[in-house]
Amino acid sequence: MIKIEKLHKSYPMGKDFLHVLKGLDLHIKEGEFVAIMGSSGSGKSTLLNIVGLLDTHDEGNYYLNGQLIENLDEKKAAILRNKFLGFVFQSFNLITYKTALENVALPLYYQGIGRKDRQKIALKYLDKVGLKDRANHLPSELSGGEKQRVAIARALVTNPKVVLADEPTGALDSTTSHSVMELLKDINREGMTVFVITHEEDIAEETDRIVRLKDGVIISDEKVIKKTTV
Amino acid sequence: MFDLDRWIEIFQTLSKNKLRTALSGFTIAFAILLFTLLFGVGNGLKHTFEKQFAGDSQNSIYIYSGRTTKPFKGFQSGRRIQFRNDDSKFLNEKFEDKIQFFSPNIQRNNVQAIYKGEQNRYTVRGVYPDYQALESSIIEEGRFLSYLDLKKRAKVVAIGKLVEKDLFGQLSGLGKEINLDGISYKVIGVFSDPGGDRDERYIYAPFTTIQGIYKPNDEVDRFGLTFNPKLKVDEAITFSNLLTKLMKERHDVEPRDQGAIRVRNYAEGTKKVQQFMMVLNIIILFIGIGTLIAGIIGISNIMVYIVKERTKELGIRKALGATPKSIIGMIMLESIFVTAVSGYAGLLIGIFTLKALGDSLEKYFIINPSVETYVVVGATIVLVIAGTIAGYIPAKRAASIKPIVALNDE
Repeated sequence: MIKIEKLHKSYPMGKDFLHVLKGLDLHIKEGEFVAIMGSSGSGKSTLLNIVGLLDTHDEGNYYLNGQLIENLDEKKAAILRNKFLGFVFQSFNLITYKTALENVALPLYYQGIGRKDRQKIALKYLDKVGLKDRANHLPSELSGGEKQRVAIARALVTNPKVVLADEPTGALDSTTSHSVMELLKDINREGMTVFVITHEEDIAEETDRIVRLKDGVIISDEKVIKKTTV
Repeated sequence: MFDLDRWIEIFQTLSKNKLRTALSGFTIAFAILLFTLLFGVGNGLKHTFEKQFAGDSQNSIYIYSGRTTKPFKGFQSGRRIQFRNDDSKFLNEKFEDKIQFFSPNIQRNNVQAIYKGEQNRYTVRGVYPDYQALESSIIEEGRFLSYLDLKKRAKVVAIGKLVEKDLFGQLSGLGKEINLDGISYKVIGVFSDPGGDRDERYIYAPFTTIQGIYKPNDEVDRFGLTFNPKLKVDEAITFSNLLTKLMKERHDVEPRDQGAIRVRNYAEGTKKVQQFMMVLNIIILFIGIGTLIAGIIGISNIMVYIVKERTKELGIRKALGATPKSIIGMIMLESIFVTAVSGYAGLLIGIFTLKALGDSLEKYFIINPSVETYVVVGATIVLVIAGTIAGYIPAKRAASIKPIVALNDE
């Protein structure tokens, strides 16, 4: 689903360049639940931005759903994002003046789906994250966990190939974090590829595979051994 | 291309961000309102000016005679110059192509007019039918004098509205007989005059009738004429100078003698009025352009601010699949919609204010302040276009920044 070969990325810092990603190789198959771990500055957010087509890479190859990503203009990137990717951000990034339902429906608007259908589909996904009764609330009237659930519903509404979550629990307390992770797990069980970035060990433990980044290189990539809880 | 969904999206954005919408709308509405009011007041001043000079035809010339002040060709100074009927003929034949309307004039002041018990004293003028055009009189009832009246030396008069009011009160004077200096005349017409009260206290009778009654022979007091309106102001002045020269030659008057023959040409006054009007127009134009520029700068600033404020929202939209084109389109449509609606509102408020003011500012020399619709509509369109361009530039920039940068914008 996501295949990365020798990916490099650097940012200009004054006269010098900050080399953030130093030749990454990563292959994520369909239906995987992967966590990227690393301390701040390890390059994990940069990796997610490139995978999410929010930023461009300098060198190397990136295949999304088998398609080589290169020379992407804003329009093509926007269409690919809309079609293949769903985003969940640490700061939720809901539009403040739109209700939960309208926020969830927004990606469908950009797909050109009619108003009635949009609302129907959006309501279905809100129901899925357990917030059907909150559909007409503004983000300011929702708790942090509820906001993140709305954001997850919005990420899912277009039925993307991959859900990309950037520190999805970074702004939440541990109980809420846990329930958000449970939700992501449910989604993964239904066959969705989920790609989580985190620096919290216990969050990463809830996924199936942990990729550790340090200073722009992958230092480990291993399966999580599930502790059996009865 | 009408896309209902797009408009719903725009209406929602506008109505959920009331302060922003009100701010940009107010700028545009206020600019158009100011523009309309300033233009209207300027036009009001112009109207006052036009009215002040509307008393007589703008292209009229009057020729008076007096006493010579310089000896010439063996004549002593102090000789009285008397116009006669052959002067009429001479002027008419000599300047046939330049003269539009022509009338000799015999004027008697303080003529006693009696109708039944009412009486008063008026100025009576013996004139040709053309005189109506010279004075710009408007017939309210009946008719003005005709050439047939002149030929028959008919004892008929056209009286001013105020004469009618004095002598007949509320009744119509038309067809009644009035007595002037003991002779009975039939009232054939009542006229009003844009020149005002003084001009509506005249009584006009056929030239031949008055000449026969008041003059021993073919004497004429003065001449009035209008020149072809196609003449430019300078040509008209040249024409009146030539007229003066020829009349002086005919009556053996020293060319530099200012007293014997006087020619009053409204063109000179008209020229000054036109120059003043032009200055007034330029001032109004500057005020208008100034207001527009202020409005354009205002809306541009607000658009830049709005787009800046929305950077993060635009970043979210882009992450969710909005193309740069749809971002630009959204901002532009919002901008056009707000500026057009509020511009129209400002226009309506302005026009209604001017209507409500009406003639209440007459004592400040402002009459009927109003604006031509096309001027305000034009100004509104200019502001809408300015708002669009002002929205386009920051929208384009916002659409081209990377979504990740926009998302990190706080």
